[in-house]
Amino acid sequence: MSTMSMQTDQDQSVPKMQTPQMPGSHLTLARGVLAFAGREFRDAVSSKWFLLYTVAFSVLAIAVSFVSLAGSGAQGFAGFGRTAAGLLNLIMLIVPLMALTAGAGSVAGERERGTLLYLLAQPISRTELLLGKYLGLAVALCCSLCVGFGLSAAVLAWRAGGVGIGSFLMLVLFTCVLALSMLSVGILISVMSRRSGVATGLGLFCWLALVFLSDLGLMAGTVIFRLRVQEVFALAIINPLQAFKMGVIVNLNASLDVLGPVGMYASQTYGKALPWLLASVVVLWVLLPLMLAIVLFKRRKGI
Amino acid sequence: MIEATGVTKSFKRVRAVDNVSFTLEEGDSLALWGSNGAGKTTLIRCLLGVFPCKGQVKINGIDVRRKGKHARSLVGYVPQELAFHDDARLGASMLFFARLRRVDPSRAVESLERVGLTGHEHKRVRDLSGGMKQRLALAIALIADPPIVVLDEPTSNLDSVGRGEVVEALRQLRSSGKTIVFASHRPDEVVSLARRVLIMEQGRVVRDTTPAALWPDDAPVVTMRLHINGNREQAAATLLREAGHAVHLNRSGLLVSVERHRKAEPISVLAGASIEVRDFEVLDDLPLGERSPDEIVISKNMKEALT
Repeated sequence: MSTMSMQTDQDQSVPKMQTPQMPGSHLTLARGVLAFAGREFRDAVSSKWFLLYTVAFSVLAIAVSFVSLAGSGAQGFAGFGRTAAGLLNLIMLIVPLMALTAGAGSVAGERERGTLLYLLAQPISRTELLLGKYLGLAVALCCSLCVGFGLSAAVLAWRAGGVGIGSFLMLVLFTCVLALSMLSVGILISVMSRRSGVATGLGLFCWLALVFLSDLGLMAGTVIFRLRVQEVFALAIINPLQAFKMGVIVNLNASLDVLGPVGMYASQTYGKALPWLLASVVVLWVLLPLMLAIVLFKRRKGI
Repeated sequence: MIEATGVTKSFKRVRAVDNVSFTLEEGDSLALWGSNGAGKTTLIRCLLGVFPCKGQVKINGIDVRRKGKHARSLVGYVPQELAFHDDARLGASMLFFARLRRVDPSRAVESLERVGLTGHEHKRVRDLSGGMKQRLALAIALIADPPIVVLDEPTSNLDSVGRGEVVEALRQLRSSGKTIVFASHRPDEVVSLARRVLIMEQGRVVRDTTPAALWPDDAPVVTMRLHINGNREQAAATLLREAGHAVHLNRSGLLVSVERHRKAEPISVLAGASIEVRDFEVLDDLPLGERSPDEIVISKNMKEALT
C-alpha cells in the first residue's frame, strides 16, 4: 500500500535497550545550544522584523552621519564626535526597541504556536533551549547593527577620513552590549508571558519606561524628594540606557560635565574607574535578566 | 522499559492525571485509551518529563525528573498537534533535529526515506498535507532510531487513507521490536497496534486490560443504542430496568445490553408502554471507529453485570 512501508531489516531495526552513553555534560550543552542558535539565527535573518529594523537603522545611521558632517563642515575627529553624538540618540531609541521586541517574541511565540512543547520533548534541557535562542538572536541583532554601523563608518571614512576609528569601534561594541542587555530583558518577559502579543506589549512598555519614563521620573523625583547628587547618579545608572549614554560620552573623551552636576560628581568621584563602573552596569543587565529567565523557565510547571 | 509509579499531575484544582502506575516491558505496545479529557495527553507529557509531576517515571532505569534529557534520548515522540515552523523546509527541519539528537545528517535522509518522504526535502512545512506532516513527525521521531516511540493520537488529524498508512507503519515498527506507547480514542487503532490497553477516565486508570478482552469477537451479549421519540428516555430507562435489562442513559441515547438472541425484547417492552423507538443500532455490529470510548466501557460493564 503505501509510501509509508517501513524497512524491516531485523538486524538493524531490533532496538537494543541500552542506555546511550552521553558525552560530557558541558559538551552536550554546547552542542544543544549551538543547534538552537543556528536555527534561531536563520529564522531571525529571514524574518521581516529583522529586515525592517536593519534597513531602518542603516538608513537613519547614514542620514545622521551625513547631516552631522555636513552641519559642522568638520574634518577628522571633530566630525566623528558630532556623528557619534547623533548616533547615540538614534541608538538609544532604536536598539532597545529592536532587542526587546525580538526577545519578547521568542519563547512566547514558540509557546503560542505549540512548537515549544515539541522542542521540550526532545533530548535537550530548558537551559540549552533558552541559551540557544538567546545566542542566535544575539548574533542576528549584532549583525544587524554592524550593517548600520558599517555603512555609517563608510560615510565617515569618505567624508572625514579614518580618524577616531578606535572610538567608533568602542561605540559599536558598547551598542552590541546594550543590545544584549535589552535582549536579556526581552527573553525574561517572553519566558513569563503565555502569549506573544502580551510579551510584545510588555516589551514595548519596558522600552517606553527605559527610554522616556525613567528620565521623567528621575527629574520629578529629584525635585520632589530633593535628592542628593550621588543619589541621582545612582538612580540614573540603574537604567542601562543612561549607563550606556554616560559610557559612550566618556569613551569620546568628552567630559561628563555636559551632564551637569551629576556628571561632574561622577567624573570627580570615580575618575578612571567610571567607564568600568558604567560598563559593569550594562553587563549586569545582560547577565541578571538572562539568569532569572533561565531559573523561571526551568521552574515552570507547564510548558 | 517504562516504569511509572504514582504519577499525578494537577492544574490548579483539577487533577489531570491521578496516581497512575504501570510497567511496560521492552518490545511491548501499550494504548492509553479514553475520551477527550481523560488525561492521556497529560500522562504522555509526564512520561516525557515535559510536565513536572508527582510520582516517578523511569525509562530504562533513568529517572525522567532527574535526567530528563538523558531519558528522552531513548524516546521518539509524535505529538497530537503537529507543531513545526511553517516556513521551514522539510530537509532543513530534519537536519535541525539530527543535530539536536546528535546523529549523523545522513540519518535524516534515511528517516525521510523510511516514511516515504524522499524527494520532498525542498518543500516548506506549510505546503505539506496533514498526512505528510504526520509522516514528517514520525520521521523525526525515528531519526535516532530510539527503542521507544510515544505517540499522542497519531491519526487524529488524518483521513481514512492517511490513518491506514500510519497504522500500518506503526504495526511494522511494533513488529520490528520497538516499545510503543500511544494515546488514542479509536478502538480500531487500539485493536491493530496494542497488546495492552490502559483505560483512563478523569485522570485515573480504571482498567488495565487487553484489546481482545475489551472487544471479543463472539460476544454472547450485545449492547444496543436506542433512540427514543418525544424526550421519554428517562421513562424508557426506568421501564427497561424494571424489565430486568442493564441500562445506561447518556447524551447520545439509551444503551441496553441483552443476549444476542433477545435483541427485539427491549423494543417490545417499550412498545407495550407506548414509547416509540425512532431508531436503534447494535453497537457490537458497528465498526470500532464508530463507537465512543465511553460507550465501549459502559457496554463492557453492562455485559459483565449481565453475565
